[in-house]
Amino acid sequence: MDFEYLFELLCGGVVKGSIYALIALGYTMVYGIIQLINFAHGEIYMVGAFVALIITGILTLSGYSDSGLSVLVLAAVIAVIYAAAYGYTLEKIAYRPLRNAPRLSPLISAIGASIFLMNYVQLVQTPDFLPFPELVPEFEFMEPLSRFVSSVDMVILVVTALTMVALTVLIKYTKIGKAMRATQQDMVMARLVGINVDRVISATFIIGSVLAAIAGVLIASRTGQINSAIGFMAGIKAFTAAVLGGIGNIPGAVLGAMVLGIAETFGAGYISSAYEDVFAFGLLVLILILRPAGLLGKAVKQKV
Amino acid sequence: MAANDERKKLLEVSGLTMDFGGLRAVDNVGLDIYEGEIVALIGPNGAGKTTFFNCVTGIYEPTRGDVKMLPPGRPARRINGMKPNRITELGMARTFQNIRLFPAMTVLENVMIGRHCRTSTSIVDAIFGGRKAAAEERESIDKSYQLLKKVGLAEVADEFSRNLSYGAQRRLEIARALATDPFLLLLDEPAAGMNPQETHELDALITRIRAEEKVAILLIEHDMKLVMNISDRIYVMEYGKEIAQGTPQQIKENPKVIEAYLGEEAHA
Amino acid sequence: MTHVKRSLGIALWFMFLTLPLMVVRVNTVSREIEWRWHNMALVGICAFAIAWFWQFSIERRMSKLAQVSNDKHPELKKPTWTQRLAADPVLSRRVLIAVGALAMVFPWLVSTGQNFYHVNVMVSALIFVVLGLGLNITVGLAGLLDLGYIAFFAVGAYTYALLAKTFGMGFWTCLPLGGLMGALFGVVLGFPILRLRGDYLAIVTLGFASITKIVLENWDTVFGGAAGIANIPRPDFFGVELTGREKAVYTYYIVLGLVALAVLVTTRLKNSRIGRAWMALREDEIACVAMGVDMARTKLSAYALGAFWAGLVGVVFAAHNNFINPDSFTFMDSAMILAMVVLGGMGSILGVIIAALALKLMPEYLRAFAEYRMLVFGAVMVLMMIFRPQGLINDMRRKYEYDTAEREDDDGGK
Repeated sequence: MDFEYLFELLCGGVVKGSIYALIALGYTMVYGIIQLINFAHGEIYMVGAFVALIITGILTLSGYSDSGLSVLVLAAVIAVIYAAAYGYTLEKIAYRPLRNAPRLSPLISAIGASIFLMNYVQLVQTPDFLPFPELVPEFEFMEPLSRFVSSVDMVILVVTALTMVALTVLIKYTKIGKAMRATQQDMVMARLVGINVDRVISATFIIGSVLAAIAGVLIASRTGQINSAIGFMAGIKAFTAAVLGGIGNIPGAVLGAMVLGIAETFGAGYISSAYEDVFAFGLLVLILILRPAGLLGKAVKQKV
Repeated sequence: MAANDERKKLLEVSGLTMDFGGLRAVDNVGLDIYEGEIVALIGPNGAGKTTFFNCVTGIYEPTRGDVKMLPPGRPARRINGMKPNRITELGMARTFQNIRLFPAMTVLENVMIGRHCRTSTSIVDAIFGGRKAAAEERESIDKSYQLLKKVGLAEVADEFSRNLSYGAQRRLEIARALATDPFLLLLDEPAAGMNPQETHELDALITRIRAEEKVAILLIEHDMKLVMNISDRIYVMEYGKEIAQGTPQQIKENPKVIEAYLGEEAHA
Repeated sequence: MTHVKRSLGIALWFMFLTLPLMVVRVNTVSREIEWRWHNMALVGICAFAIAWFWQFSIERRMSKLAQVSNDKHPELKKPTWTQRLAADPVLSRRVLIAVGALAMVFPWLVSTGQNFYHVNVMVSALIFVVLGLGLNITVGLAGLLDLGYIAFFAVGAYTYALLAKTFGMGFWTCLPLGGLMGALFGVVLGFPILRLRGDYLAIVTLGFASITKIVLENWDTVFGGAAGIANIPRPDFFGVELTGREKAVYTYYIVLGLVALAVLVTTRLKNSRIGRAWMALREDEIACVAMGVDMARTKLSAYALGAFWAGLVGVVFAAHNNFINPDSFTFMDSAMILAMVVLGGMGSILGVIIAALALKLMPEYLRAFAEYRMLVFGAVMVLMMIFRPQGLINDMRRKYEYDTAEREDDDGGK
């Protein structure tokens, strides 16, 4: 048993998992409130990565700045703003008119929106892979760990952790967070006590999109290339993570994402990397059959 | 009712308990229904009446207790945890409190779904359309149409069920349930949302159904006038527990029931 | 005036939204930035026009809804042309015969000895008609959202390719086998997952299709990997050698026959006990089981039957193209078939046929459209759900004959 290899895989899995977690949170929050699989969520992540790429392109090529980190931060901020705007618009156009439609309708609309966004970016940008500049400088940190984790990975882990903390604070202590929790519990009741449910739903989409955009920027700086199709797979993986943890459950999404990330890297590392996606889907099918409520979810009985 | 002992028992529920997480929605409830009876289950909102229905019809599996069905001429069966469609096949049909029709199907087709478990045309039969399949289809249509006539919906047989008025939808639910040839019919608030005129007609309809279709009826209802009018016996539930049972007269005079219904107002 | 103001706001919002993606393009190779400001103007104008029209439509829909709720029998009032056509048996039969005749002579009208391009295009389109009809059973009638339908198509195609190449089995032997394999996969996959809720089912079917594609891509000893399988024999005509054009025409008639068969079978089933149970399941699962319908069996039959058609027509696809690889079986293909069902109207046979032909033929003949094809499909799916969830062609309600019932009642009644 090669422990060094095992530990390397574990670290890779955790990094991957934290990216999935950022995206999965958007799925789980939206699902918690309006019981919709926001199929186009992966596309928001992709849009975030593209906006970041374009901004860094403008900044570096126009010679505005060459310090990697400041460019990255500026690009990330703009990417986050744009992703939020896209998320907000998406909900308003594709989902809000279908609030009271049969269950299948918003789902089909979501699939349509996903296909639309994917092809929109492909048409106005390019179907090919674009190289994403290396913006995170190499830096020194704890010696034994740095053998397994690159500085980009370290940034990913730190940013993810900070984002999670911020999200927790937001949901637990702010007014909009409380309104979100109330709406999740009972939308009708929330409306009756004077919560503007439409605004809460918009806020949920915006928060989810912000997280997805952060994930988009991070993953792009890690893999070094993006194209218009990255959102699709990432979206499905993240959804798998959300289901794994129990959809609608925020800590569950993080846990599910970690489990998924680790399972994938281990499967790829020990069995075959070509079948990486098969492990993810296999896990999804297994969990849905064996424990449809997810790891942390509670089984709910449908009201008759 | 002393006569009960000689009449044949159709349904025997004992010690039925249903928990949702920590919440006990139904607590140790027993209930019997005899041939030809109309029995009412009443109680304040949230007393667990609908949950009781759902346990009996197999939508939920009860946490504890026994539900026994005694179909006439067939051996008795314990039906806890049995699938709802099996229970319906055995001869118990229901309607829903919040109407659950098939909105994009016609009124007649809604009733024909009730015939599903009494017919046997397979996929292959349906594709090749043999004489047997055609005859069965014919019989389904005729039988369903008769039921629509019975509940007064024959003129709108080709209408989409979503276009019916509230009261008509409730009657359609009854016809659909009757199409499964039940010996026991469970009605969940059949008069809810009906105006007094419609409720009055419903009263007559339920009595007529009992006579013509030879079914026993268990109903949940809030309209006390209707309940007192048509029921042979009444069970009262409050907070998941059964607090009283008896004839309408006994129930009217039962202090516990009066407390349950008027309690809040009396104290206030 | 408020409309104009709001539309202006919306136009500005969309100009902002599309600013980085549509205006800027970073060429990372030549390290240049391309600014495309004309796109921004275009977006502004289009967004303004669409926003204006959108508000108008929503307003009209709202007033219509209000009208419907005031009106007890709105359907009785204005029958659409399709309803009128269906209500008139003589006319509908004539139309059917005319369409059938046109379909029969079509290959001879559009092809010459060397040029049979149009026939080949029509074969591909008809293959998708059958796929649309098959998915219509699963999604349209039974309401089971299957996002991995293309996998069953792949199962059929690979079944034929492998059987024909390895064991030299003929097309006609393999055709039913392909269908059965599709149905078998449907049952095997369907059995464990059919108790899942609708939206979970969608994701799992999507996952299944992705797994299928990955396996096909990577297991190259059996499935030929990403390169696929070439030199798949074309359909044989009782051992007679056919020329290129004859082969195309022959395949055309085979698929046309399958379309006719699919229409016949679906219509029969739809108007039977089975089809009604599917629709009831789509409308309300709990009410459906409470009325005595066996949910597992009903779902499984819809799922397997849908998969059957995909497997069947997969064989034709492999034979027609004489080359297959995993790229023909992507999620986008599943999505396109779904778009056909959605556009045609869930459960409507005629609607699905028209939608399938339109979606498949338009990109073929309108090259300009081909590029924007998936963009348009995506938009269409969203817009259809909002404005016409019942599809372009209304699924008509069936009227039953019940004179006999009435007569009996009059005799025996009073």
